[in-house]
Amino acid sequence: MKTSFQPDQIRSKKDLKELQRLMARTVMSPLTSTDRMRPKTSDGKSNTKSVNTFIKPNDRLTAFERLEIYNRQYWFRLQECFYDDFPGLRSVLGETRFRRISKAYLENTPSRSFTLRNLGQRLPAWLKKHPTFLGPNPRLALDMVALEWAHIEAFDLEAKKPFPLQQLEGKSPERIYLRLQPYLQLLELEYPVDNRLLLAKSGAAGEKVASNAINEPKKSRTKLKSNIETRPERVYLAVHRLDNTVFYKRLGREAFQFLVSLQQGKNLVQATLAAFRGSRCPIEDRPALIQKCVAHAATMTWFCEK
Amino acid sequence: MVDGGRPLHVLDQILEQYKVVQHGVSMYFGSADPLDREHLKKLKRLVKRTKTPWLSDHLCWGSVDGSFTHDLLPMPYTHAVAKHTAQKIKQASDFLEVPICVENVSSYAEFHASEMTEWEFLSEVAEKADCGILLDVNNIYVSSQNHSFNPYDYLNGVPHDRVGQIHIAGHSKFKKYILDTHDHPVLDPVWKMYDHAIRRCGHTATLLEWDDRIPSFGEVHHEALKANAFLDQIDSKIAA
Repeated sequence: MKTSFQPDQIRSKKDLKELQRLMARTVMSPLTSTDRMRPKTSDGKSNTKSVNTFIKPNDRLTAFERLEIYNRQYWFRLQECFYDDFPGLRSVLGETRFRRISKAYLENTPSRSFTLRNLGQRLPAWLKKHPTFLGPNPRLALDMVALEWAHIEAFDLEAKKPFPLQQLEGKSPERIYLRLQPYLQLLELEYPVDNRLLLAKSGAAGEKVASNAINEPKKSRTKLKSNIETRPERVYLAVHRLDNTVFYKRLGREAFQFLVSLQQGKNLVQATLAAFRGSRCPIEDRPALIQKCVAHAATMTWFCEK
Repeated sequence: MVDGGRPLHVLDQILEQYKVVQHGVSMYFGSADPLDREHLKKLKRLVKRTKTPWLSDHLCWGSVDGSFTHDLLPMPYTHAVAKHTAQKIKQASDFLEVPICVENVSSYAEFHASEMTEWEFLSEVAEKADCGILLDVNNIYVSSQNHSFNPYDYLNGVPHDRVGQIHIAGHSKFKKYILDTHDHPVLDPVWKMYDHAIRRCGHTATLLEWDDRIPSFGEVHHEALKANAFLDQIDSKIAA
């Protein structure tokens, strides 16, 4: 016989699932403008009534107030993490706009990963879909968020065994496929956000949240340098890691296109052709340029084994 | 749980000098969802790397339908939930090929659905899963104040032979509740409970948790060493 879910009777895994859905909806629902739990659910029902069905009051707190502790902790924790992960975006957009983005993004794209490291994973794509959040210079903000996510990836993605180029000797270029390190991130940017991020970070004292319990939003946040004028300038950037430190390396257009092609799985000939698509580099200089690029990438251990 | 970079480098340096016992926050044994096999595979790689003799995580839930709250949420203490949770602990232990200890969490809310006390629930889960217990004495104190129970009933009520490790920490008092903040020295009532716990459980590996507003290493170390005075008393009693 099919029975309807009663939040005060948890007698099966199915009941538990329904209870957890109900509680997660409440805990993850946005706070009011004064950082309190909302009195109504998203469909206009009373939150108090809903919470009373499954949470007990005690002699000091109502059921609503008890669950509100979790609701507030959820938002303070995630926003704090978001705040620490994207200082550059904060610097570009300013605190108010950034706060608006963090609330909207976290509400629309709840975390799908066991680790807070991945909290901003979908932010670059989400911002592209929601440009109204980005203010007067959306391209600058999109470039910045792309760089900040690339930085997170470059920090701890896998480093495979470097590939020794000597193994290529005697091999036909059409059969050479060079693989790039998983941590290497290649970005084509319209703004020199690498410089801007370094400037922004130089004004921030990285404040990390480690505790499980957060009762108030952090108040002593360091002001970022936000009045930095950034003029458009095409930048081809490799975000990479050396000795466990993340570096930003500007590349020439041809070197960038060459590496992107390799990353896409093209062979050496195809990658070389792609490198000079639309290039003004004299034909006689091209072999030396590719050789230089390959030598540099090898020095940086960007080529790796399968 | 990451694939490279500084975190793994630092871990490897630690492993060269110390024996490491893994402690996690993301297994969510109490979630209605099944265990995530990809997550378990990653965890197993880490278990092999650290050679941890056992692994601990919390008796809680924190995700549903693939969405994560990143919190250690309390559970309704029912027999059905205990059975489900114990099954997941067993499955995880079988897959990871290491024993598991489950840790009691601090909580701020209680469910109408609960059929037993938290310590009865913890005991039932541990017996059914045949797993260890990581007894967090500070969490017991925090929950006892928030839910008005006697913390010594909790300490007396768990199977002491299953306690593999003890956690102590500081907390923050607010007007109507206590929050488990790990940002203070251990408070006196918690030290008293710790004393009682090790008299019941015997000499037990103890960890001081201090992970927010962290003072100098010297101050944290000094606080951690206070536990030795209690442990020494137990040892001298046994010797006598």
